[in-house]
Amino acid sequence: MSSPFVVLPIIFQLFLAVLLMFCWTQKNLQKLISVVGSLVAVIISVVLFAAVWKEGIYTTQAGNWVAPFGITFVADTFSTLMVLLTTLAGLAVSVFSVGSVRNARIKFGYFPIYHFLLMGLNGAFLAGDIFNLYVWFEIIIISSFVLITIGGEKAQLEGAVKYVTMNLLASVVFLTAIAILYGLTGSLNMADLSLKVAEIENRGLVNVTAILFLVGFGIKSAVFPLYFWLPASYHTPPPAISAIFGGLLTKVGVYALIRVFTLIFIPDEFMINLISGMAAITILSGGIGALIQNNLRKIFSYLIICHIGFMIAGLGIYTETALIGSVFYLTHDIIVKTTLFMVAGLIFKIKGTYSLRLLGGFYKEYPKLSLLMSISLFSLVGIPPLSGFWAKLFLIEGGLSVGNYWLVGFILLGSFLTLFIIAKVWAGVFWKDSIHIPVKMQVKYFHELKPLKRQAMVGSIIFLSVLSLSIGFGAEYVIQVASKVAESLMNPQDYIHAVLGQTN
Amino acid sequence: MKTLIFKTASNYLLPLLLLFAVFILLRGHYLPGGGFVGGLIASIAFVIHSFANGLETTRKIIKFHPGFLMPVGLTIALVAGAAPWLFGMPFMTGLWMDEPIPVIGLVGSALFFDTGVFLVVIGVTLTIIFTISEGL
Amino acid sequence: MEILLVILIGLLYAAGIYMILRRSLVKLIIGLILLGNGANMLIFLLGKIVKGKPPIIEATGKALEGLYADPIPQALILTAIVISFGLQAFAIILVKRAYKVIKTDDLDEMNATDEDL
Repeated sequence: MSSPFVVLPIIFQLFLAVLLMFCWTQKNLQKLISVVGSLVAVIISVVLFAAVWKEGIYTTQAGNWVAPFGITFVADTFSTLMVLLTTLAGLAVSVFSVGSVRNARIKFGYFPIYHFLLMGLNGAFLAGDIFNLYVWFEIIIISSFVLITIGGEKAQLEGAVKYVTMNLLASVVFLTAIAILYGLTGSLNMADLSLKVAEIENRGLVNVTAILFLVGFGIKSAVFPLYFWLPASYHTPPPAISAIFGGLLTKVGVYALIRVFTLIFIPDEFMINLISGMAAITILSGGIGALIQNNLRKIFSYLIICHIGFMIAGLGIYTETALIGSVFYLTHDIIVKTTLFMVAGLIFKIKGTYSLRLLGGFYKEYPKLSLLMSISLFSLVGIPPLSGFWAKLFLIEGGLSVGNYWLVGFILLGSFLTLFIIAKVWAGVFWKDSIHIPVKMQVKYFHELKPLKRQAMVGSIIFLSVLSLSIGFGAEYVIQVASKVAESLMNPQDYIHAVLGQTN
Repeated sequence: MKTLIFKTASNYLLPLLLLFAVFILLRGHYLPGGGFVGGLIASIAFVIHSFANGLETTRKIIKFHPGFLMPVGLTIALVAGAAPWLFGMPFMTGLWMDEPIPVIGLVGSALFFDTGVFLVVIGVTLTIIFTISEGL
Repeated sequence: MEILLVILIGLLYAAGIYMILRRSLVKLIIGLILLGNGANMLIFLLGKIVKGKPPIIEATGKALEGLYADPIPQALILTAIVISFGLQAFAIILVKRAYKVIKTDDLDEMNATDEDL
């Protein structure tokens, strides 16, 4: 079906960003616009998701040029699910930013850039054209560059240098892959590419292109040999920014990997082995990396890498059941990782440090907050019936069904490592006796903030925790969505027909 | 560069180049040109002026912060891009007038989109160049 | 013509990667710029080169006739150039700021992010 309003989630975020740019100096107005706007964005994406769920794939051709010549935007269940999650996490981070981002940063245009970032994310999910996907990726990275450097502290700038370099390199690799793909097929539309790539005789060249895409998206989604920029940069910006980075930026890479490797390059045995191998070592290195860290946000950064491994593992197993697991994990991970970085931010605001060595006694002093934080921590471990459990169930079932036992072993090991790390965090932050932490001058502590700001920070964590609880307890519905997504990923005919069908 | 010849020439070059930039912008739909190139030429006009007369003088001519052109240009481009929605057509579809206006010619929504791009490019380029040259 | 471009692209990629591997921040940026240019040239080459036939419709005609250059690679390159213009401008300002704050341009000395806080 064709509807011109498929691009509305993108255009609305652009509208918000422009509106915020006009209010460059009024910081309170900016906060109000950002929160109300994010709320409207959630409503828009819910409506879009409901429409796609009921009536099937929606498409629109920008500029009314028919596919495969024009730029196509496609809203299928997978992309609208991602848009919905983006706007939900976006709303929470927007509210959290009201409480936690300092006025000096807002003066440098924090909120406009933040909405440009959300526009890029929505665009990447809805793009049906591989070059358009590249453009949205560039919008995402340039906004994230600004967000990661805003404030200009020493660690931030060093982290930014690493982050910028690796992301620019990833863009160049991605662009090279697009160039070769265009040379091979003469097309950029993803549905059209799906048909044309399958007909190419020279499979060697196709595999080379596929590996270039794997490297390009692999850097962005932080899989095994390409993740080193992530733990070097994600712990440096303010908490609100690292929450949106940790929740969403790597997941776009995973989304692109799943999309490209189910639609355009159907993996052969070599690719499947390569991807499962990468997934296994990603799980292992992320888990082990997190074990030795003492900085709360660095631990969570390494856990991002570890759990990216789970999602890639679903792609490596490459059955419908495993892809259900991947999509479910993606859903759960976006919500939970965003919450975790917010939790880390809140702990920092209260205690003034991220170090596990100094923290302690949190449960005794703030029992209610600790219980709230425990929801997201234990969801991450995947204690049934919390949200992480169901996804792993499907991944393991998928792995066993194709006899990929060693990958299943790595997934179990990864879960075990996560459990161990979260237990360490729980013991270190919440249960250990507190020691006196020297008061830092430059930190604005939680109790010094206005009540509204405090409520904003706690409220956004409550919102996301309730969401993650409902993913866990309402797993039946999420599984329905995920299995529909996985089914359409394994059988892309509907997608291709929805995009190209109008011409025939 | 504080030479008299360059300084005098730059005062005449500024309006000439700006005029040329608008010419390139208007010519852009069927012939080489357009908002991006036009915007670059316009910002180069200001850059030449700032080389000859110093950053402060150029700032005074522009009167407002060039960054302000960004939201203005984006608004124009956004409205031009979203206008086809009113007619039930996809985003960024070209809407054209039935009759050409005398002297200017056939006007479509693409012209407004390009004007938006033109303003954004001037805003972005001048902001970048002013920021870089400030600390020198 | 093609073979010359192939050699040029290879050189740009090789030089770019070599410069990225150096330790100086400025050389890092130069390397990224060279790599970007190499990727643009690659799109240009793989879009099949047609000499002297720009894809511009004559004032009298309504459509392109005969053999003409594929306009899509040109549009892609233009987009990529615009994007890299923005990114490189940002990267240069970042390097300048980083040099001011960290007071070194040696990448080996940038290890504040690895400190155990």
